[in-house]
Amino acid sequence: MRNRLLSGPYLVWMALFTLIPLVIVLYYALTDSATGSFTLSNLAALHNYFPIFLRSVWLAVVSSMICLLLGYPVAWRIAQARPSRQRFLYMLVMLPMCISFLLRTLAWVSLLEDTGIINNLIRALGLRPLPLIRNSGAVVLGMVYNYLPYMIMPLYTVIMKIDRRLVEAAQDLGCDGRRVFLKVTLPLSVPGIVSGITMVFVPAVSTFYISQKLGGPGTALIGDVIESQFKAAYNPNLGAAMSLFLMVLVLACIAVMNKFTGEDERVATV
Amino acid sequence: MPKELIRLVDCCMAFDGEVVLNNINLYINDSKFLTLLGPSGCGKTTTLRIIGGFVKPTSGSVLFDGVRINDVPPHKRQVNTVFQRYALFPHLDVYDNIAFGLRIAKLPEKEIASRVGEMLRLVGMTGFEERRIDSLSGGQMQRIAIARALVNRPKVLLLDEPLGALDLRLRKDMQNELKRIQQQLGITFIYVTHDQEEALTMSDTVVVMDKGVIQQIGTPEEIYNEPKNAFVADFIGESNILDGIMIDDRVVEIFGRRFPCVDTGFEKREPVDVVIRPEDIDIVPSENGQLSGTVTSVTFKGVHYDIIVDFRGFKWLIQTTDCHPVGAAVGMRFNPEDIHIMKRSEYSGMFGDYSSYSAEYDEIGDAEAAEGEEETAYEE
Amino acid sequence: MKRAAGAFTFVIFLFLYVPMLVLAAASINRGSDVAVFKGFTLGNYSALFKDGVLLPLLLNSVILALASSLCATVLGTSAAIGISRMSPRLRRAAMSLTNIPLTNPEIVTGVSLALLFAFAGRMLKIKNVMGFATLLIAHVTFNLPYVILSVLPKLRQMDRHLYEAAMDLGCTPLQAFFKVVLHEIMPGVISGALMAFTMSLDDFVISYFVYGAEYVTLPVEIYNYTKKPLQPKIYALFTLLFTAILLLMIIMNILQARDVKKRASGESGALRKRRLG
Repeated sequence: MRNRLLSGPYLVWMALFTLIPLVIVLYYALTDSATGSFTLSNLAALHNYFPIFLRSVWLAVVSSMICLLLGYPVAWRIAQARPSRQRFLYMLVMLPMCISFLLRTLAWVSLLEDTGIINNLIRALGLRPLPLIRNSGAVVLGMVYNYLPYMIMPLYTVIMKIDRRLVEAAQDLGCDGRRVFLKVTLPLSVPGIVSGITMVFVPAVSTFYISQKLGGPGTALIGDVIESQFKAAYNPNLGAAMSLFLMVLVLACIAVMNKFTGEDERVATV
Repeated sequence: MPKELIRLVDCCMAFDGEVVLNNINLYINDSKFLTLLGPSGCGKTTTLRIIGGFVKPTSGSVLFDGVRINDVPPHKRQVNTVFQRYALFPHLDVYDNIAFGLRIAKLPEKEIASRVGEMLRLVGMTGFEERRIDSLSGGQMQRIAIARALVNRPKVLLLDEPLGALDLRLRKDMQNELKRIQQQLGITFIYVTHDQEEALTMSDTVVVMDKGVIQQIGTPEEIYNEPKNAFVADFIGESNILDGIMIDDRVVEIFGRRFPCVDTGFEKREPVDVVIRPEDIDIVPSENGQLSGTVTSVTFKGVHYDIIVDFRGFKWLIQTTDCHPVGAAVGMRFNPEDIHIMKRSEYSGMFGDYSSYSAEYDEIGDAEAAEGEEETAYEE
Repeated sequence: MKRAAGAFTFVIFLFLYVPMLVLAAASINRGSDVAVFKGFTLGNYSALFKDGVLLPLLLNSVILALASSLCATVLGTSAAIGISRMSPRLRRAAMSLTNIPLTNPEIVTGVSLALLFAFAGRMLKIKNVMGFATLLIAHVTFNLPYVILSVLPKLRQMDRHLYEAAMDLGCTPLQAFFKVVLHEIMPGVISGALMAFTMSLDDFVISYFVYGAEYVTLPVEIYNYTKKPLQPKIYALFTLLFTAILLLMIIMNILQARDVKKRASGESGALRKRRLG
């Protein structure tokens, strides 16, 4: 009954392909690209990119908040539906994610372009076309669109599990609908909210495709600069330093978010 | 001379450094009904799992028919188990569940069919062959679990609190049923329970355990009438346990008074524990009593009344068919053979009088124990 | 409140599906500019099936997804069993390891693996280290946590005595796993495998950092395409994929609903029988 050994191959795999790569990232971040000797210059160079980091975090925070505001009512409504209906609606939320997010983002480009579908419609109405693309707003729209399902999933899971009797108990104790929501439903959905925000924030803060397609010259994000270090400028040492910074940033955010849920109550949403 | 089948020699068990079993020595004879009885966490389930082969003792040996079987895995032991909450395979129907072990043994389907049929008759479930497991009631699942184990014709059947999930009525029926099956097949049953009544009704031998130690082994009568220490006296039935001093053979001093008794073999002036069962005390007019006190509480229990009598601050529990009002002064009498003397033990003084008497004494004990004795073994 | 939320939900669903409609419209558009509809055609579809580049790329993606989800499912299921038997302390450690690829931004995972492979390539003196093997390793790595997280709850729900009961009735540990445990955790294994398959099929970010010229997957190619104007054939391909997935999901949903109904009626039937008997 040495069942525990069954996880051996897995643990070895994970050590080889998640832990060691992170060590290598650290190694690259702390060495010089030309000589390979130890240096802190890569980390020091990060301060040049500070405005970009700040913008990434800001846009990701804004997107997470918008996702929460849009996602909560949807998750709540799905959780109120009949069980068979719930499955169907949940499936509808998931379904768009089956299509490559590259293409979905491209579809938004076609919609928002200066000569795109929306502006064509506006022109047909005889109005002046709007600057819908190549700005921060378009990037946020792209993030919200792509990651909204990640917000709805954990929220739905948590709201669905709230014991209906708790709501009834609150009503019995004199709460009206608004107060039932504020005093019972909302506090009990905090784990879902935390988990949803994390699941939107992490990919949003590190994306590079969305900003490349929907953003303009002034909206480059961390992901963009990391990608260019590896694919264009070829300075993997600086790229590694940025990745390291991004990872630390994300871990710090997750740690802060987990403070809200007390223990490790994060909902497994898969 | 009955044949010895299983013997545990100096078995110790520790999980994560916590001692669960401490030097268990026990032998089990063929064709007997043996019960491991004790409160939750006493090590009874671990003892059963050692016999079943699901855990290996940290030290000590397990002998089967005189052969050491410590390292024999469960699937090679001539022992079958009826698990807590049945553990029937939900993806198989009743027939396939019972046939499971026979199919593993690669018996011909024809023989399997006849043996499954025979088992279904034995447990009174003929006609349920194609039923899904989740469509059965608790009692029915219980019967199928017993049939699934017995169809393999084991030499020993292990039963781990098999009746714990059933309601009281069904439990009584199943007790009789199990006893009947055991006698009909003539094989050894090792039964784990926390229910003392169940243990007394069904067993040939009762093993009382606590804190990983065997407290007493004996027939139900011995366990009830001659408890070895305060723990056994308190766990089996109700007992008034008093401090006493053995003055001489057949004379004990309680509350500064001397009483005749039947026990011998103690040192002179040895401090002892004295047990007097509540049903052995007669209530008499206070002037005729060996001791007298005041009634402080009366509870109607159906067959009898539970009466608490205060004697100089010690609360006695007395079971009597006559009602005595609260506040009445009464006398108590008991015969020499009703006084049972025990050696002092680590349990002395832990079970005092009935000053915290609760009318639901049995139920509270049961509910706690029914939480189940899940000794999860991690592989560290 | 429910009404308002219902209307709002409807609007959000529209928002989620607008790009799908755009893609579908583009796939039957005679013109190549998505924004201008120049009349209906199925030409893009017929061009797709004659295309010698796109379909092999799709096949590449599918082969990679099949291989990586299979590896991840086998490795992950056995890992989940091992983890479920660990002491709480060890289990927490194993789970934090599992969480690394989930919480790390994809780009960091991609970059770190790229650096590892480049490093290993230099050590082992392999010239073009990036290829199918690196893609497979990367995909298995990010798929494993999904398999584990969907199998573990099933193992936790399972009555631990079932495994012991099988051994008690004569099964070797291996037999006990295949005859009993696997049946119990099957739903978790299947959903883990499906999730791994779709994640792998759809992955772009991580693949982008570890692919080599000899083995390109569809999402990577689409990214490379979009630097040039996109061919309408791609719209056709994805409209087909979307329709296929939609149909599959609807069928699964109907089957599930029917199964639930059947089980419910079966139970009440059994109840009736018991009452009569």
